[in-house]
Amino acid sequence: MSLLEIKNLHVEVEDKKILNGLTLTIEKGQVAAIMGPNGSGKSTLSYVLAGKDAYNITEGDILLDGESILELAPDERAAKGIFLAFQYPVEVPGVATMTFLRTALNAQRKLRGEAEYSTPDFLKLVRETSAKLGVSQEHLRRAVNVGFSGGEKKRNEILQMAILQPRLAILDETDSGLDIDALKTVSEGVNRLRSPERSMIVITHYQRLLNYIVPDVVHVMSKGRVVKTGGKELALELEAKGYAQYSDEAA
Amino acid sequence: MNAEVRAIKTPAEQALVSAYERTRAALPSSSAVADLRDEAFKRFDAKGLPHRRVEEWKYTDLRALMRDALPLAGAPDAASKAKAKDAGKIFASIVSRKLVFVDGAFVPELSDLSPEAGLTIGSMADALAKGDALVAAHVGKVFPTDDIAVALNTALMGDGAVIHVAAGTVLERPIHLVFASSDTPSSNFIRSLVVVEKGAQLTIAESHEQNTSQVHAALELVIGDEAQVDYFKATQTRGLHVASLILNAGANVKFNTFALNSDASLVRNQSFVRFSGEGSVGGLRGVNLLRSKEHVDTTMTIEHAAGHCASREQFKSVLDNESKSVFQGKIVVKPHAQKTDTKMMTRALLLSDEAEAYNKPELEIFADDVVCGHGATAGALDPGLKFYLMSRGIDDKQAEALLIQAFIGETVEEITHEGFRDALMNGALEWLETRG
Repeated sequence: MSLLEIKNLHVEVEDKKILNGLTLTIEKGQVAAIMGPNGSGKSTLSYVLAGKDAYNITEGDILLDGESILELAPDERAAKGIFLAFQYPVEVPGVATMTFLRTALNAQRKLRGEAEYSTPDFLKLVRETSAKLGVSQEHLRRAVNVGFSGGEKKRNEILQMAILQPRLAILDETDSGLDIDALKTVSEGVNRLRSPERSMIVITHYQRLLNYIVPDVVHVMSKGRVVKTGGKELALELEAKGYAQYSDEAA
Repeated sequence: MNAEVRAIKTPAEQALVSAYERTRAALPSSSAVADLRDEAFKRFDAKGLPHRRVEEWKYTDLRALMRDALPLAGAPDAASKAKAKDAGKIFASIVSRKLVFVDGAFVPELSDLSPEAGLTIGSMADALAKGDALVAAHVGKVFPTDDIAVALNTALMGDGAVIHVAAGTVLERPIHLVFASSDTPSSNFIRSLVVVEKGAQLTIAESHEQNTSQVHAALELVIGDEAQVDYFKATQTRGLHVASLILNAGANVKFNTFALNSDASLVRNQSFVRFSGEGSVGGLRGVNLLRSKEHVDTTMTIEHAAGHCASREQFKSVLDNESKSVFQGKIVVKPHAQKTDTKMMTRALLLSDEAEAYNKPELEIFADDVVCGHGATAGALDPGLKFYLMSRGIDDKQAEALLIQAFIGETVEEITHEGFRDALMNGALEWLETRG
């Protein structure tokens, strides 16, 4: 069975149609890139998968392990293994990063009926994971994302992903706002998490990120649906020719 | 048409007038105190309970809210004293000197009266009766106000603490005034006086665990030059609680006050603060956690009568259901109080569409070289923040609890005394846990 099946998904925001019959399947362990021009619905897809309200699903379904997740709240989806690395991670003043990580990890484990992490085990996990991603102890003590640079925020997203160990990670424009060094660090962090047990949806506007996170499959989105699917070479083709041909086709 | 127009008295006002007339002779009073009471009573009798047309009481109409006045408390019996042994639990984790009051009456046998150099402790009832010199010098004189709630307290003041900390004394332990209720609802008129002499240091806390009683409290706090005082107040009540803090700070003083109101049906915390010497720094802070139809009013007048002083006011309210918070902060800078530096901030977090927050900052500045700022906000929880937390597996209630904790944390974190900071934060967390 496929891990994720999106079937004929129609989504509106404030009566504006954003997704228009999107169909997409993600296999277990697969890394799928989703590319497309601005406004093609890539970020909407990521929010809808994570369960943000404000989106009105008018038709279609999203199946995880063959079961619909449309009725599940964001925390329940997280417990089932869905993780969204935000394009713009929000600042949460007053909530220390460590408290946040621990609350999230234990909340998920509790929902899954697993034992909570003990304090020493948790500290060890965070210390080891943060060291690999170059996230300092100082950042862990600070409030979530408050005063972090763009790159630090993205690294913090990958740190959360590494600690929460999702089965389906959605990386929404993780490359935006990163310089080349930060891009490498973040990509290495992501690549370390590749496994036959973990699927990833890598949403990006540019091919650059895909040099570092090499996808198994590339989907092109335009006007709220997938218009073309191919191998990793499709990304290079898009880089050379641009999105214009797909915009015309969908028009 | 010059005849004085007197409103018809409400049942509560009538009950208070008759309580005074009946008990006047029995109230603890030297002759000077009797005169002070009579004068204060006359003002109450003329004005009645404060109501919405009195500007300072606009949002807390005591005349309308107090349907009746309960009878004055009798002396506590053995059962209520036994119950009071467990009172004051919010500050139980702090090693302190406990002074216990039941229905406003001092209970020496439950109190820690062990001697300590530089510290004098007594009961206000005793001091009023015998014409104590400290009381004669300060009660009603610390920062005179024509506020009617203070006048009512002065007329009927029964008992409370009288604490004197001699010059240069640094007390070993905080003093914790524990105010407990018996099972019989009553009216309590609590009056306390705390005098901290030059260079002395005191940490003092008040906890009120109150049933449906009506508590009218006033604390006069005199802080001598170079002295340092931290004052904490935690109030829980199912009845009415009207408290006045009257504070006068000398030169080069450092003081901080912090008030937590949670599970508080109807509270008015008013402060009258005067900076009368140069170089002092004072902070007034507080957190209100309100639900159902609770109503908490924080009103203050901060008078900078001397220059080169700084004051910080920061209050946060979390409001659920149909609760209501009121904040009125008036800062007065006198003409010669140059280089005054004040910053007042009040924020309300509304968790329901029916909750109401009233914020009224007022600045009266008569000096030309000052920095005075104020700000007020009211808003709901940020749905973007909540989604972010939930997308990591944190459920709806826990996400809200984390964000509420963060909201009040900013103010609680300002408390430098670790024990009280933790105790007050734990008090707030308990409230969050019981949120339905």
